[in-house]
Amino acid sequence: MEDNNTDVIQGTLDMLILKTLSLQPLHGFGIARRIEQISRGVFKVNPGSLLTALQRLERAGWLDAEWHDTENSRRAKYYALTRAGLKQLNAETADWNRRVSAVARLLKAEA
Amino acid sequence: MHPLRQLIRGFRALTNRSATDREIADEVDHYLAQAAAEHERRGVPRAQAHRMARLELANVTTTREQIRGYGWENIVESTLADLRYASRRLRSSPGFTFVTALTLAVGIGATTAIFSVVNGILFDPLPYPSPERVVAIREIGTDGGQNSGTFGMYQAFAERARSFDAIAVFKRWQPTISGGDTPERLEGQRVSARYFAALGIAPLMGRAFDASDDRLSGPRVVILSDALWKRRFQADRDIIGKTVTLDDDSYLVIGVMSAGFDNVLAPQAVVWAPLQYDLSQGRAWGHHLRTIARLSPGMTVEGATRDVDAVGHAVLAEQRPETYDPATRFDATSLRGELTRAVRPALLAIMAAVALVLVIASVNVTNLLLARGVQRRGEFSLRVALGAASGRVIRQLLTESVLLAAVGGAVGLLVATFGLRTLVALSPAELPRVATIRIDQTMFIFALVVTTLVGIASGLAPALQALRADPNANLQRASRRTAGGLGRTRAALVITEVAIALVLLVSSGLLLRSVERLFAVDVGFSASNVLTMQVQATGHRFDADGAIDRYFEQVLDNVRRVPGVTSAAFTSQLPLSGDADMYGARFDPGVPNDPGQNRGTFRYAVTGDYFATIGIPLRRGRLLDARDRAGAPPVAVISESIAKRRLPGLDPIGKRILIGSSGPYTVVGVVGDVRQESLALAETDAVYTTPSQWKFPDNPMSLVMRTRSDPAALTPSVRSAIWAVDKDQPIVRVATMDALLSGSAASRRFALRLFEAFGLAALILAAAGIYGVLAGSVVERWREIGVRSALGASHQAIMRMVLGQGLRMTFVGVVLGIGIALLATRMLATLLFGVSHVDPFTYVGVIVLLVATSVVASALPAWRASRVDPVTALRSE
Repeated sequence: MEDNNTDVIQGTLDMLILKTLSLQPLHGFGIARRIEQISRGVFKVNPGSLLTALQRLERAGWLDAEWHDTENSRRAKYYALTRAGLKQLNAETADWNRRVSAVARLLKAEA
Repeated sequence: MHPLRQLIRGFRALTNRSATDREIADEVDHYLAQAAAEHERRGVPRAQAHRMARLELANVTTTREQIRGYGWENIVESTLADLRYASRRLRSSPGFTFVTALTLAVGIGATTAIFSVVNGILFDPLPYPSPERVVAIREIGTDGGQNSGTFGMYQAFAERARSFDAIAVFKRWQPTISGGDTPERLEGQRVSARYFAALGIAPLMGRAFDASDDRLSGPRVVILSDALWKRRFQADRDIIGKTVTLDDDSYLVIGVMSAGFDNVLAPQAVVWAPLQYDLSQGRAWGHHLRTIARLSPGMTVEGATRDVDAVGHAVLAEQRPETYDPATRFDATSLRGELTRAVRPALLAIMAAVALVLVIASVNVTNLLLARGVQRRGEFSLRVALGAASGRVIRQLLTESVLLAAVGGAVGLLVATFGLRTLVALSPAELPRVATIRIDQTMFIFALVVTTLVGIASGLAPALQALRADPNANLQRASRRTAGGLGRTRAALVITEVAIALVLLVSSGLLLRSVERLFAVDVGFSASNVLTMQVQATGHRFDADGAIDRYFEQVLDNVRRVPGVTSAAFTSQLPLSGDADMYGARFDPGVPNDPGQNRGTFRYAVTGDYFATIGIPLRRGRLLDARDRAGAPPVAVISESIAKRRLPGLDPIGKRILIGSSGPYTVVGVVGDVRQESLALAETDAVYTTPSQWKFPDNPMSLVMRTRSDPAALTPSVRSAIWAVDKDQPIVRVATMDALLSGSAASRRFALRLFEAFGLAALILAAAGIYGVLAGSVVERWREIGVRSALGASHQAIMRMVLGQGLRMTFVGVVLGIGIALLATRMLATLLFGVSHVDPFTYVGVIVLLVATSVVASALPAWRASRVDPVTALRSE
């Protein structure tokens, strides 16, 4: 692991999970790795927060979960995005973009 | 969709915790395995890879707990766990649980029962549409006393007042119904046409009265109550248009009221007929009607008062100039308030008293919980030391006290249900709106709210105490039991209990003295061995002139012959029976007649033996006798009070008196004063004539008999003697004079009984409180007492120390209580009689009682303290 990785920005973990799962269903560790990979190691996901978030998102109806047996006779819980989850992802993405551009404008104005 | 999912998952977690736990464990394990595999792939040796993965996950158990902690079911689960723990704790000390739950049950039960009564009577709106628009119209005299309404004034209001949709007058009516197996005297009302309209209730079947029914010699029509219709007519659906026989006359049934109709003005009434008021004989201004009205929409009570006052004064000045008193007032007032006016102060005082009992019960439970809290200090400190959040400890303690209160509340509801029945059974006859008293939803909600509040209130102090405590010191103390001073909180609570107990005991004491004083009142006659009953002449066989008088004479002859009866007489109204037949009395001529003085005078028609039979002494002149028959010069006997007040310094004998519009009667004698209305009311102005010299026959009459022995035992033989004259005449209101006498104090005695019960409960609870705190303090100070005793303190000195502790608390409580009692007993003013609310005798008595009780309560702990063996006490550490 590189040293310059950071924890996921507060409040964006849900969005990142939803986005990751919108590409394909994954299990917990798969999600964590995918987020690290895509962010090129910038974001490092805390496993505890991730698994709790998954529990919450599933309860909220944004994710569906299914148990699959894996090759070494373990059970793995795979998560997939639901229709409601997709809607939520779009909403959060739009909201995020709005904020980011606002922050960007502010920073530019200072320069 | 997702709230449902929340619910389902939550329930799954609750019902099958192990499965969900396994899933979480599996998921975490899988994550770990994957993470380790990832590290291995990057070339980390296997063992190290696993270590790294675990490190990243921080603490596996904490993570699992974190995941598990999400969801509403966790709150339910922890509450259930708290409850399980609390109930285990309560079960493990059954003695404590029993005592506290019982204390709370009594407190909550009594409060709930009294609340149900008071709430129903005072605050339930009248059971009519727009009940706030139903008003009573009153005429208030100069002395603040209320006069009954007159028909003349009712007519004037009906014509001239602009504030009402409907106005009505009514009076009591007790017809005898025949045609079934037995004649029966019914309770009913004669009402003017708009009576039911004023209440806003129409009959369920048929129609209400209208103006064509309500005129002199109008049609004989009746409306029946649901109860009478079911009882006497087997709920005949075709009753309308049939006839019933009342007082030998046929009446056409025109309506039946619904079962739900609550006739608050005469709850016992089962039959109604039009008033058909007879305006002849100058009766238009006789005060013997009650007036009610329904305000027009938008009209206020104040507006209606201005209206009736203006009309009333104008009419009196025009039509009654000779007796018009400009200081008379007329007003409209809420009927609900008017019905309950007399009992409101008593009910509120009782409600306040029972609330105090509840407070004292909760305080006692708080004290017991605090005492247990001291014993459990170690437990709480251990929990906090092991990382329990203080909020969780408080929650746990509150769960315990609320659970305790819930047990108490559940038993309390039983107490309340039982208590309510007892209250209704014991309630004095004059208690209005008894129909509103019932076990209902409001009562359950009230009990629930009170239970919750009590649970939280009594648990709060112990919980805060547990929180405040320094865990370190407590852990040490738990193992060492060094001297801890008597908790300030607990002492303060005991002082509160003593103060409240004093207030309640002083109140009961004052009421007790009032009732004693009341029964010491000289009623003006001799009540023992007197039997009374009401006899009536009903039917057309009495239509002939003098037939009624002849009937009563025959009855008297027969009754006099009954063995055991020493004398018998008739009177038109009986003292202390609720009768109140009043007239204006004027002397004529040459006696100043100040209208302000012209207050109501009781008018009696009595047979000559009445005075001797009931035991009213003759003061001057002569009594009435056989000479004073119809046609002879009209004569009257007057009471001492009217003679003194109206004829000061004059010889009353030979003066002439007008009673209402009849007379003049020549005064031939003066007799002693009699309490007519109640023991407490000293309105004793009275005028007596013989029945045959009164302008109309009084019917029914009260038969009064003096007997040689137990008067009640003579009832059957007297009854058959009367029925030997005419077997169809109803005999009602059979009562001994003693019973009427004690009935006259019924509401005070009712209040007294409740206050006595509350006062006793308070005394016991306060004693328990003093005992509990001292006993706890002796246990806590075991070692200190041992040291003192080792240093040479005598048994007596140690006993004195503990007793002194108890007495100090009592003393402070007593001082505080006296202050509160001096203010609070003002609420009792209307219930007191012949005793001031600052009566020193009562206060001293109560203080002695409280101090004595506290000495008894302190004695056992003091004795125990004196028995502390210094060697054991010091070695026990």
